[in-house]
Amino acid sequence: MNIPENLKYSKDHEWAKVEVDVVVEGITDYAQQELADIIYVNLPVVGREVKKGEAIGSIDAVKTVADIYAIVSGKIIEVNNELKEHPDYVNKDPYGKGWMIKIKFSDPKEIDELLDAGSYKKLIGTH
Amino acid sequence: MLKRTPFYNKHKELGAKIVPFAGFEMPVYYKSIVEEVLAVRKNVGIFDVSHMGEIEIRGKDRIKFTEYITTNLVSSLNEFQVQYSTMLYPDGGIVDDLLVYNLPDYVLLVVNASNTEKDYNWILENKKWDVEIINKSDDIFQVAIQGPRSEELVQKFVDIQLKDMKYYWSGFFNSHNEKMLISRTGYTGEDGFEIYGNKDLAEYLWNTIFEIGKDFDLQPAGLGARDTLRLEMKYCLYGNDIDEKTNPLEAGLGWVVKFDKDFIGKDSLLKIKEGGIKRKLTCIELEGKMIARKGYNILCDGKNVGVITSGNWSPSIEKSIAMGYIDVNFAEIGKNVDVEIKGNKVKGTIVKPPFYKKGTHK
Repeated sequence: MNIPENLKYSKDHEWAKVEVDVVVEGITDYAQQELADIIYVNLPVVGREVKKGEAIGSIDAVKTVADIYAIVSGKIIEVNNELKEHPDYVNKDPYGKGWMIKIKFSDPKEIDELLDAGSYKKLIGTH
Repeated sequence: MLKRTPFYNKHKELGAKIVPFAGFEMPVYYKSIVEEVLAVRKNVGIFDVSHMGEIEIRGKDRIKFTEYITTNLVSSLNEFQVQYSTMLYPDGGIVDDLLVYNLPDYVLLVVNASNTEKDYNWILENKKWDVEIINKSDDIFQVAIQGPRSEELVQKFVDIQLKDMKYYWSGFFNSHNEKMLISRTGYTGEDGFEIYGNKDLAEYLWNTIFEIGKDFDLQPAGLGARDTLRLEMKYCLYGNDIDEKTNPLEAGLGWVVKFDKDFIGKDSLLKIKEGGIKRKLTCIELEGKMIARKGYNILCDGKNVGVITSGNWSPSIEKSIAMGYIDVNFAEIGKNVDVEIKGNKVKGTIVKPPFYKKGTHK
């Protein structure tokens, strides 16, 4: 299981990469393994204001469907349109080509509340 | 406490993702459900289906009794012939769907894992005449080898001629000084075999199959692939498409119901037949990639006309596919319907089954 040290995590199995005032968000390696083959990623529209924890999209996988939650509050400034054609990027490269959205965040405190890699590993029960 | 099949450690070694299913820890996939589906369609795959239940009916009246508890015509079976059937409650609701093997000394019923206990108790409750009913589920392993190259592969370790074995027939072969049962059956729509044996020999057989399988690029396949393959063929899954509240006529299983014999549920089913069914299990192809799930509504001209029972992405035809019960007045091939998926109305068309039409089953 790949849980990179340089990222932040949510209990809903999203990861966040902080770049100045923007967060890049995707789902974790654990989440993609749970979902199995991802067929369709339904992403929000750019410009939407979102609240932390709000369901902003969904992932259709062969086994099940899962919501995507905003990992922080803010404004969506970009979504990964490549995933329309290549939803499998989320399975193959969840932290790279499988990124989902970029949020310009409104409250830096929410970043501090996210889990670090160690805490997230504990949450999913791997060491 | 979840049960494990004799192949549990093999699945772990192969890196399977294990999930609880019908009281067992089962592999849902190894690497990718899509790849496993395509391997079975194009080449050959192996499934651990040891969770399935095996119930033996022994005794002089075993044919007569099986005739009474199942809907298909058991007395028409030759020795070693197999048939698909259903077991009904008196009201015509389905207890289970199953395979019936007419073996030389006994009748073997292969039932759904989720129903094994329920079925066994149901059969005991209805026991009559000279029969003995034995639940062998905990002693027996089952593997399914499925795909166009399955005969070639399986022939390398069984000592009977498989080219002479027709679809839905079975036989015994010798392996490691013990008799194992093999049938030309499956749940994928491809040519293939299912093998049953004593649990003690499970690991030996698995190793043999995988050793030979190296030359065939044999793909281990999990429950995810199994569920997808069966849906592509419109094979029913108990708990989704059929259950105690559905009857075989509306499920499109009228072909396994023989009214010229007596069986539990016959009177109710005859009434249903005479009155006409109200809804029908129907195949729908959807536009786009969103997947319809169990319980989603089916609409026609804005009116609620039915409900989805199974839905998935079909890797074989690269479409979003689903099954559901639709009001018979709307269940016409070619008709346009909408499926409500998370607030969106997704366009769909009722199509003729199966979704996948190139299956290699004999």
